[in-house]
Amino acid sequence: MSVVGTPIRGIRWRHPKTVGIVGIILGVLAFWTALPPLATRTAVLPLALGILAVAAGIWAWSRDQRRIGGGAVAAGALGIVFGLLATRSSTAHLDQVVVWSALGAATLRYATPLTFAAIGGLFCERSGVINIALEGMLLTGAFFGILGAIWAHGWAGNSAWIVGIVTAMLAGMVMAAIHAVWAIQFKVDQIISGTAINFLAVGITGYLFIDKYGDTGTPGNVTDYGIPDIHISFLQNWYFIGPIIGQLNLMIWISFLLLIGTYFFVFRTPYGLRLRSVGEHPRAADTVGISVYKIRYIAVISSGAIAAMGGAYLSLGFVHSFNENMTAGTGFIGLAALIFGKWRPFPTYMAALLFGFSSALADRLPSAYGNQWGTLFQALPYVLTLVAVAGVIGRSIGPAAAGRPYVKQ
Amino acid sequence: MTRPPDDDFRASEDIELAKSQDDIEQAPLAPGAAPPPSMHFASRFSGWPSVIAPILTTVLAFFMGGLVVALTGKNPFKVYNAIFNGTGLNWFFHVGSYSARVPFGTTHMWFPWNTASVAAQNLQQTLLLTTPIILTGLAVAFAFRCGMFNIGGQGQYLVGTIFAVWLGSSFLNMSPWLHVPLVLVVGALAGAAYAGMAGILKATVGAHEVISTIMLNWTAVWVGEYLFGQGGPLIGSQPSIPISHDIAEGAKLPVIWGLKLLQGLSIGIFISIAMLFVYWLIINRTTLGFEVRAVGFNPEAARYGGISVARNYFLAMAISGSFAGLAGALDITGWEYHIGQNDIPASQIGFIGIAAALLGRNTALGVGFASLLFGALINGTSGRQLDPSIFRPDLAGNLTTIIQGLVILFVGLNLTGLFIALRRRLGRKSA
Repeated sequence: MSVVGTPIRGIRWRHPKTVGIVGIILGVLAFWTALPPLATRTAVLPLALGILAVAAGIWAWSRDQRRIGGGAVAAGALGIVFGLLATRSSTAHLDQVVVWSALGAATLRYATPLTFAAIGGLFCERSGVINIALEGMLLTGAFFGILGAIWAHGWAGNSAWIVGIVTAMLAGMVMAAIHAVWAIQFKVDQIISGTAINFLAVGITGYLFIDKYGDTGTPGNVTDYGIPDIHISFLQNWYFIGPIIGQLNLMIWISFLLLIGTYFFVFRTPYGLRLRSVGEHPRAADTVGISVYKIRYIAVISSGAIAAMGGAYLSLGFVHSFNENMTAGTGFIGLAALIFGKWRPFPTYMAALLFGFSSALADRLPSAYGNQWGTLFQALPYVLTLVAVAGVIGRSIGPAAAGRPYVKQ
Repeated sequence: MTRPPDDDFRASEDIELAKSQDDIEQAPLAPGAAPPPSMHFASRFSGWPSVIAPILTTVLAFFMGGLVVALTGKNPFKVYNAIFNGTGLNWFFHVGSYSARVPFGTTHMWFPWNTASVAAQNLQQTLLLTTPIILTGLAVAFAFRCGMFNIGGQGQYLVGTIFAVWLGSSFLNMSPWLHVPLVLVVGALAGAAYAGMAGILKATVGAHEVISTIMLNWTAVWVGEYLFGQGGPLIGSQPSIPISHDIAEGAKLPVIWGLKLLQGLSIGIFISIAMLFVYWLIINRTTLGFEVRAVGFNPEAARYGGISVARNYFLAMAISGSFAGLAGALDITGWEYHIGQNDIPASQIGFIGIAAALLGRNTALGVGFASLLFGALINGTSGRQLDPSIFRPDLAGNLTTIIQGLVILFVGLNLTGLFIALRRRLGRKSA
């Protein structure tokens, strides 16, 4: 590796990895130049940039940087397609859809529940327990969050959302505890118990919702005691950044903290090492005196609490109401982000942002073009994850012991 | 989630998994050998433990569902009674002397049951719902036999419905003898291709089939929303209403019981039941079924025995998917005749198949009965059947989901085994 390029000011420019990254950037640029504020109307620029990106990708691929090389080829191809599409549609439409600050803020809003779900899943799956019940835990959190806040509104006033988040976390922990007992104690197939939790969550939240609010829906005044937005007044006039992060929901900031905290916990502390070792090789961990069951229990139950926080954000911080099965696949996109990010916190967050961006775009496209194409963007997270597990852009391989119950000897 | 091949304790755990998944068809023990612990119960009550565990599971799930009903201040007995009457299964209890029209004819003949009563109409609906559940159940069961969890029955079902609507509304003047088989076969093939993708991924790069089928499910949902939404390519004559064209008359299955206008029972139920037999035949009487089961028991041993594991993974998923795709095509040709955009995310048939397969222990007969149970439950709790003064149908629909969840939760447990262990522990205490 060191033979290939000599470092110039710290960066080895001719290293395949660098070339691949430059290729990815070129692919993004191919699309970006066709969008406002630049909005070039010629097809040459996206084509040229895209072809350069593909070439860089192939070069990196041929020099054994398959993941990044594949990524650059994909970015280049997508850049050409989307860039050409953009140059062919009218500038007025483009201006209407691509308002970067609004898109950025919407991306963060859509990415936050995904982030909570994915980080919850990260703890669970790093400990060796597959969690396809994230969807159910998210939904549980959404319902019990709003239920707790409405209940507490009488005595807690406008800070009832705190009670809401706590109830959501407790409910999520109960759901996760069922998954934990079944997966760890009874050694039931983890997919089966996860599926059961998803069914139960839909049924229980739907039943209680109809029973309590069936005729009227959740009260309209939830907005008053929902999770508040954080206004940062001095930021608000900054170019580009201000409109995006000047007024974000508290939970979005909490998700940032959680992300950084998770990274340090999982990769920089002895507890994180234990967590990972239990997920990779439980027998080895057991041999050196780590209690596999205890760590798995803690990990699964805390994953329920974290995913439920994402649900509470959805109902209390985002839409300020609850509806039957309102998560509608959000938890599965979170799972997709986790897999796409290869079970690592920051790549997972990048995936969540990407998926959030596709949701935000899907939201805005129909208003300008009046057709259905936006809907297809909703499928993008799932298709990308399929591509990721297929190994086109580097294989996604999870913790080695995930899915297998541990039997003590 | 993929398993590295150099793992040392892989083989032994796969055997355990296979055993717990499929303890009905365990190989007979060598004479004189001590039975393994899991077979104690089976040897004591030879024959019926495979029946008793699902029944125990069902009873427990219904009991806990009843608890939920009771806790929210309703009488569970009244509720369950109303649901049961809505299923139409009470039809069998009213035996008398009636006349019934011979299917496809005009002559009438003596029949012990009244074929035109309200209960009869309810039973038609139950059987209509049972039809696709049998097939999505088989879709899950077949993959299970190969050691895979096909959680993507819903996506494969949706792809089947999409192709059925597309082809069904395309050739308006085709002969029914050609049109119906064409729609059914293409629906099944579409499902097979869709599931086959997951199979290929599993066979070639080892991608976990659960992840890929979940992703395929949601891809199908959004593609369906695109196709049948406002301005979508498969939308009907009115662009503002997100509903597809009705399929041609020639593509509709003949109705054998009840009236076509009132959603009578089509011959689809017989196709489903025939597929139960086909499933049994493939699994138990063909080389393919033997190989599939061998891979399901222990892929390493199967590979050592000269069976291509990759080929069987692909074939098992494709056959699985064809069952689910056929379910979608039967629903369209049997009674739905069109798709609305709202139906696509609301449909749950594929997921109910998971519960049916698990409760039926992946056997043909078991899946058949479990599908009837869930078909009846869903029909009995639907808004059309349930008296809202006794129990709100939207509550009942959620009760159904709870019961399904509980069934899946308890079916994974070795309930009979737990029962034995509990009794042994109690016995030790009293001794």
